[in-house]
Amino acid sequence: MASLLEIQALKKYFTKSNGFIKKVEQHVKAVDNVSFSIEHGETLGLVGESGCGKSTTGRTIIKLYQPTSGRIIFDGVDITNFSEKEMLPYRKKMQMIFQDPYASLNSRMTIADIIGEAIDVHKVTTSKSERDDMIADLLTRVGLMKDHASRYPHEFSGGQRQRIGIARALAVNPEFIICDEPISALDVSIQAQVVNMLEEIQRNTGMGYLFIAHDLSMVKHISKRIGVMYLGQLVEIGDRDKVYSNPAHPYTKALLSAIPIPDPLSEKAKNRIILQGDVPSPINPPSGCHFRTRCKYSTKECAKCDPVLKTIENNHQVACHLFKQ
Amino acid sequence: MKSRETILEVKGLETSFFTHLGEVQAVRNVSFDINKGEVVGLVGESGSGKSITCMSIMKLLQHPGKIKKGEVLFKGKDLVTKTAKEMRSIQGDEISMIFQDPMTALNPVYTIGNQMIEVIRAHRKVSKKEAYNIALKMLTAVGIPDPAKRMNNYPNEFSGGMRQRAIIAMALSCEPELLIADEPTTALDVTIQAQILDLLKELRTKLSTSIIFITHDLGVIAELCDRVIVMYGGMIMEEASVNDLFASPKNPYTIGLLKSVPNPDILIKQKLIPIPGSPPDMLNPPKGCAFCKRCEFAMDVCLEEVPELYTVANRHKSRCHIYHPDAPKSVRKQVI
Repeated sequence: MASLLEIQALKKYFTKSNGFIKKVEQHVKAVDNVSFSIEHGETLGLVGESGCGKSTTGRTIIKLYQPTSGRIIFDGVDITNFSEKEMLPYRKKMQMIFQDPYASLNSRMTIADIIGEAIDVHKVTTSKSERDDMIADLLTRVGLMKDHASRYPHEFSGGQRQRIGIARALAVNPEFIICDEPISALDVSIQAQVVNMLEEIQRNTGMGYLFIAHDLSMVKHISKRIGVMYLGQLVEIGDRDKVYSNPAHPYTKALLSAIPIPDPLSEKAKNRIILQGDVPSPINPPSGCHFRTRCKYSTKECAKCDPVLKTIENNHQVACHLFKQ
Repeated sequence: MKSRETILEVKGLETSFFTHLGEVQAVRNVSFDINKGEVVGLVGESGSGKSITCMSIMKLLQHPGKIKKGEVLFKGKDLVTKTAKEMRSIQGDEISMIFQDPMTALNPVYTIGNQMIEVIRAHRKVSKKEAYNIALKMLTAVGIPDPAKRMNNYPNEFSGGMRQRAIIAMALSCEPELLIADEPTTALDVTIQAQILDLLKELRTKLSTSIIFITHDLGVIAELCDRVIVMYGGMIMEEASVNDLFASPKNPYTIGLLKSVPNPDILIKQKLIPIPGSPPDMLNPPKGCAFCKRCEFAMDVCLEEVPELYTVANRHKSRCHIYHPDAPKSVRKQVI
């Protein structure tokens, strides 16, 4: 069976022009040569620091941005260069949940219209009563009440709004949802509610998730496989337990050791790797391995050539010169 | 550690916002104290009153917020009755504050150096040259590379982590006895957060500054704090040493909070148990316990009466009716 989604050498460069008389064009390499695949019913977690390109990857997959190069293959069909019209049936199969539940809902539309808009665009239902039933069903599925349909977004709390965003994504029965930091704007006690709901939806419908987040403990909780990004590149990808218990890339090691653990005893026993400095600018990333400027193992080789993803064990790949094939 | 000097004592603090919709009771009868050199964590969800408690201590409340009742004794002197002018000599000198957002806490039109020198000269009678040297020393202490050059930079030339370091340097430049850190790492990435926490730990042992650390991240609390105060609905729900709180939480809210976060150290997949419902509306706070609507152990009395803060173990307090002497023992057993 073909993978649900496969991206091959995906690149997204943003052009930034400087100078008035003499124009200089610079490229921000937001996503630089990223490849991975997601199977049916699987959750791939994508982690990394802000500015590493994880959100841009998500938005490029759903074609909110046109990729600079590379291929996006959904259900065996190459959708990279599809026009808006050709994309329409695929929009129904791929949906997105956004980070900010306050900004992603139109404050002048009722909940029924927000959810119903997708139903109307894709002509999911034929009659008005069917549409109303469907909206009511979606609201109960995400743990809201039927009579919430006639209300406006400002009447809801952050967690409830995120549920509305999820109901909207579910309205067209997608096969794949991109969750772009769906819980980072929510309170701790509410985060677990939303995560549990996403897991339950997946169990019932078997859809695939791309779960983008910077909260590493939540990503670990929800994902089957995890990809780690740094400055636009995928530096490590593999099964969750392999990446967490046996991280290979020096960046993954530092990132994982930086997670604060809610347990003072193991917290004190932990050996934390503190990275020096900040993430370099993506306009002029370091040559060779992008991480070498903050890596304590970097050698001359790291500055010369780009590391490529190598398989170090079953379902575990890493892009680092420390690992020879 | 117990018989140390208390530097801050908050007694029965009540702060409200008088909005056109009515009175929002943000802080309700909060009392705690901070010892010298101690790091106390203040945890709670948004709207639990943790930031407003600290704003009240610093007297930075803006209209329509007002301290209704209570005392804030800093080294024995009550800050509540002090005038704005008297407070200004304390703010930034004896008590400093670090804010959540390092982007907005700095003035964009002055260089980092100028802003630091301004703070130092406002509180110390030193020449510009001496103030410059102190600022330089502080920037070096917080680990900013090439500090002499960085003094002439504007905030926009700094990254988020470096701005937060500059703010910490500024806050510590007058060697305050109390530092209030309001979610200083929430806006930062985990690797940068680790750098900043490491820095605060180091500075704390070096300068023996007391720190009130506000956060919603239980992991950060476990790493940094000696003692924890859990707030909900404007009240203190539980107060304990950090080891006691994580090993044997005594309040249903804290228990719920700990169950709803995954522990990345545990390899087997845990089931997250969320707290149902959402936090109370402080415009119309519940008559009884603030948490009763979301509490699985709630009894009839919880709806009617606000529980007291019971001492349940050595230096461990919990606000819950199950610790009332008349409460049924069977319920208490279920909770703990």
